[in-house]
Amino acid sequence: MIGILASIIDGILIGAVYGLAAMGLTLIWGVMNVINLAHGAIVVIGMFVLYTVANMLGLHPYGAVPLMIVFGFVVGIALYWVGVHRMIGRPELMSLLSTFALNMVLIGLGTAWWTTSPYNVQVSVPSVSWQGYTFTGTHITAAVLAVVIAGLLYLLLYHTRIGKAVRAVATNREAAELCAIPTTQVLAMAFGLGVALAGVSGTLIATMFPFTVLSGEAYQLKSFVVTVLGGLGNPAGALMGGIALGLVEGLATPFMPVSWIPIVEFGLFVFCLIAFPRGIFSFTKA
Amino acid sequence: MWRRPFPWFIIAAALLYALYPYFTDDVGLRESLLLAAVYIVMASNLNLVIGYAGYVNFGNIVFFGLGGYICLYLVTALHWNVIPAAFVGGVAVSALALLFGLGILRLRGAFFALATIGVNQAIQQLVVNFEPWGGATGIYLSLDSYGSLGGPMQALWTTYLLIVVVTAASLLASYAVRNSKFGLGLLAIGENEDAASVLGVPTPLYKAMVYSASAFLPAIAGGLYFFKSGIIEPSSAFNLQTSIEAIVMVMLGGSGTILGPALGAFLYEELRGFLLTAQSFSQFQLVIAGALLLLIVQFVPGGLLGWVHQHWPKTRRWLE
Amino acid sequence: MSTLLEVSRVSKRFGGLQAVDRLSLTVSEGEILGLIGPNGAGKSTVFNLINGVYPPDSGKVLFAGQDITGGPPYRVARHGIARAHQIVQPLGGLSVLDNCTVGACFGREALPLPAARKAAREVVEMIGLGDRSDTLAGSLTTAGKKRLELARALAARPRLLLLDEVLAGLNPTETEGMIATVRKIRDGGIAILMIEHIMRAVMSLSDRIVVLNLGAKLAEGSPKQVADNPEVVAAYLGDSKLLDAAEKPA
Repeated sequence: MIGILASIIDGILIGAVYGLAAMGLTLIWGVMNVINLAHGAIVVIGMFVLYTVANMLGLHPYGAVPLMIVFGFVVGIALYWVGVHRMIGRPELMSLLSTFALNMVLIGLGTAWWTTSPYNVQVSVPSVSWQGYTFTGTHITAAVLAVVIAGLLYLLLYHTRIGKAVRAVATNREAAELCAIPTTQVLAMAFGLGVALAGVSGTLIATMFPFTVLSGEAYQLKSFVVTVLGGLGNPAGALMGGIALGLVEGLATPFMPVSWIPIVEFGLFVFCLIAFPRGIFSFTKA
Repeated sequence: MWRRPFPWFIIAAALLYALYPYFTDDVGLRESLLLAAVYIVMASNLNLVIGYAGYVNFGNIVFFGLGGYICLYLVTALHWNVIPAAFVGGVAVSALALLFGLGILRLRGAFFALATIGVNQAIQQLVVNFEPWGGATGIYLSLDSYGSLGGPMQALWTTYLLIVVVTAASLLASYAVRNSKFGLGLLAIGENEDAASVLGVPTPLYKAMVYSASAFLPAIAGGLYFFKSGIIEPSSAFNLQTSIEAIVMVMLGGSGTILGPALGAFLYEELRGFLLTAQSFSQFQLVIAGALLLLIVQFVPGGLLGWVHQHWPKTRRWLE
Repeated sequence: MSTLLEVSRVSKRFGGLQAVDRLSLTVSEGEILGLIGPNGAGKSTVFNLINGVYPPDSGKVLFAGQDITGGPPYRVARHGIARAHQIVQPLGGLSVLDNCTVGACFGREALPLPAARKAAREVVEMIGLGDRSDTLAGSLTTAGKKRLELARALAARPRLLLLDEVLAGLNPTETEGMIATVRKIRDGGIAILMIEHIMRAVMSLSDRIVVLNLGAKLAEGSPKQVADNPEVVAAYLGDSKLLDAAEKPA
């Protein structure tokens, strides 16, 4: 019984990171009605940033975290201008294909540079023992950092002028325009923010698990499941949804082979979409 | 439909396509034309769902792969002739698609798109664990299997001709649908699903029907293709990359038109062939496809045919 | 004149807002019923409840005796209710003719394609878009799109037409033309339920008027009765000059 409890707690820790990743996705959707199919590729970028920082530059692994936030923001803005800007207001099909095309380009470049071999970054953080079970230090640190970053996002959105601008554009772009808010720049920044969140979650994941260029796909599916659980456009719900998903994974892992977990998640995803179109956690919407 | 010139044009082109390599006995040409034909089948059927109804089926390869598996299983385990086996594969996969479709077509936009990927991955996973279908190793065809078609050499030609028939059928089907009430309803759904519903278009039914219909011919093509190849295994049968390339083909040629996907498939196939032989580019296949898709979606969303229609509006009438 | 549409004590709540509150109304064959009220009174919601965009929380909608409560919209369309929206919804990538053909194919008569095309052509001519029948709907002017919205609804040969502010955004000449068209439609045997803010038009076109306020029926009656009603004046009309509009010969 304790074994399952330990698995669940571990799942919740990892779930906080899932939540962070999903926050990036749901933020972009909420602000500009674009579903970012390059999300997985960005998580991968975060992973390889950790690798570059820790293994190639020899710096402290957790130094990659603030670095990725800044880098992700910049990359996000670039991606916005390259692939998203012209898609705003167009039929959803177009933005889907556009972000998907970005995904193809990024993964293609990544494969060419790093191949599909697995990579691993050793991060040594002391573990916590309890009742004979060990909780990996990296998992705990990742969860704590995820919550901290989520908290920073909250502060940004609700206690700064820029955050207010983002929320204004999300609510009603035309009205925001009339209030002299430079909406296009706000959209670009919001996209940058979403990418930063997704990217840094990748960095945190890479501190915990080995990864390849193709790992992003699984996390993209997880992010979508979480976004659906939390309700589109609802960052707080995304965090809760992430923890919930982590919990489900923690429950499931002792009982089924790893390769089946994506199928379970996919089933959960379709089920939630049909049964809870507004998300299970939509009551947390601010 | 047969009173208009266009269908006859398709049939004439198909005859030429099929018989030219046959009478010149050009095996190399046959092989590359066969591959292009398979892509045309995939792209033009995919176009029914993307171009007409506006739903992006990212996992379209699953029809092709599953059709292949069913056909090869019937041929190897039950010793069927490939022609009825491929046909049954087509029917079975469309029936499954109808079932799945009714469920996942309730989802809009990206969620539907992701669900189709999930369907492909889930089925691939199931097949990998399914021993009667060879699990992860797949199904091999022995030379005897080709006996029913008069031996391996003859079989290769026969399957080629059959695939061309399926290709022609795909284009004719695209044409027939486009000029039917069903097609008009689909186009309305693609433009504005809610408005279409208010106008009386039975949206859930039509979406499920087109999704199912778009599975039939690719499943048959899959059966024929893998029969010709002599082997089927999960990673190539359910290869997501091929699925994605089909989407690029549709967008390249012009989604929503009839010749567009065929044109796009042909062009993309040529481009891919060129890239694969040019060593320095082979790794960048996905990058180039992605960049191409990005450019098309942003600057020429109507694809090649769309661009032509825009600049020469009269062509809209006859160049469909 | 028999009752065609019967809306019976329908209610709809959105979160904290009671958008429609136990509303009942009827529309008889060959009648024009005007639905007026201040903005936010719930008029468009009533339309959504009638043609099945979402179901009411309670109450029923009956059409020609059949229960059509809750839709789905395509079923309601098949029964013979067509709608012209306030915010026009053209099928932008299709031509004007094709737009109307969709209406004719999937509306009450469910015509096969060739017959539907013919019916569509007639409607397009009637509504004055004949010279633009091959234009893509997305490239029409706003006035053109409004006409198309109406033409498409008519192509379905409905028995009841829901008009949602068809006069909004039209200049005086266009408004006159549209008023005449609406009258012609009714004379052709189609009942009309219209939401409108242009008082002159509502008062002159409607046989009866229902006034909505905060989701509930405030008043009902002939145009003159409504214009005289002090509660209506207080809540909405606010001006006795509107009495003149009601008394002016149509």
